Amino acid sequence: MPTKQEVLDKITTALVEALGVDEEEVTPQATLAGDLGAESIDFLDIVFRLEKAFNIKVPRGELFPEDILTSAEYVQDGKLNAEGLEQLRQRMPFADLDAFASNPTVKNFGNLLTVEDMCRYVESKVPVVG
Amino acid sequence: MRWIWIDKFIEFESGKRAQAIKNVSLAEDYLHDHFPGCPVMPNSLIAEGIAQTGGLLVGEYNHFEEKVILAKIPKALFHFAAVPGDTLRYTANIEYIKDDGAMVSATSHVGDRLQAEMEVVFAHLDDSNRARTLFEPKNFVFTMKLLGVFDVGRSADGRRLVEPAGLAAIRAVGGDLQRPAQAGQCNT
Repeated sequence: MPTKQEVLDKITTALVEALGVDEEEVTPQATLAGDLGAESIDFLDIVFRLEKAFNIKVPRGELFPEDILTSAEYVQDGKLNAEGLEQLRQRMPFADLDAFASNPTVKNFGNLLTVEDMCRYVESKVPVVG
Repeated sequence: MRWIWIDKFIEFESGKRAQAIKNVSLAEDYLHDHFPGCPVMPNSLIAEGIAQTGGLLVGEYNHFEEKVILAKIPKALFHFAAVPGDTLRYTANIEYIKDDGAMVSATSHVGDRLQAEMEVVFAHLDDSNRARTLFEPKNFVFTMKLLGVFDVGRSADGRRLVEPAGLAAIRAVGGDLQRPAQAGQCNT
């Protein structure tokens, strides 16, 4: 059973390998897209590495809910509507969506997910000690 | 010109691993420009050959029903330059295949010397009309026949790999792929 630090270390390794960033750049507060430069195709790579590192399954759309963010039902004029936000909260209980909810412009979503959010996501899948 | 940067498969285990070779020859034009008087196989073309080795391995796993494209190369290390006379041996191992893509780890060797190490991520394209046009299964089957996959290929349970049913009648005529106009013309 890993510790929280071990979870962070493995996620850091995955991000360093997938994104070619320096280890020092991967801080808990760093955003994947904004700070670490992740693009959509990188999320596929990151998911592969997380699944391998933690022996978990990451269902499509659970960590990066592209289906919600591109749905005509939930997105109007480039913004997520209330129903879409609710869907997002249900899908991503590990992420702090309050700031995004105040201005739910879809293009801002890329700057939402942090390394810390990913740690919380993994911890929801893997029992952690400490 | 066909954009094929491997010469032949020497091993092909469906869903797991493939090996292909690429002979570096001074008869190839690009070596005289890269560089004049100092011919060196471009690492970008080695990367392409490795990606083709891995890409066919990934595509075959789903019988080419998924449209496989090279998405990214997270890692590429080249340890020395390949020169005319070298035979590059590319080895690709599937790390993962999911609904939305796959990753392979791969190496290039000259003899026993490790020449390059790579990771390659492939994505599965949506089934759009454009993708269907670009990725007709028959094109891949033709390429696999050309490269000898069906001579050495094995399925995951060790049986000999066979061409997908219904595609065996494809043949090459004047460099283009055509189905035979009449029964009996097929000579695959």
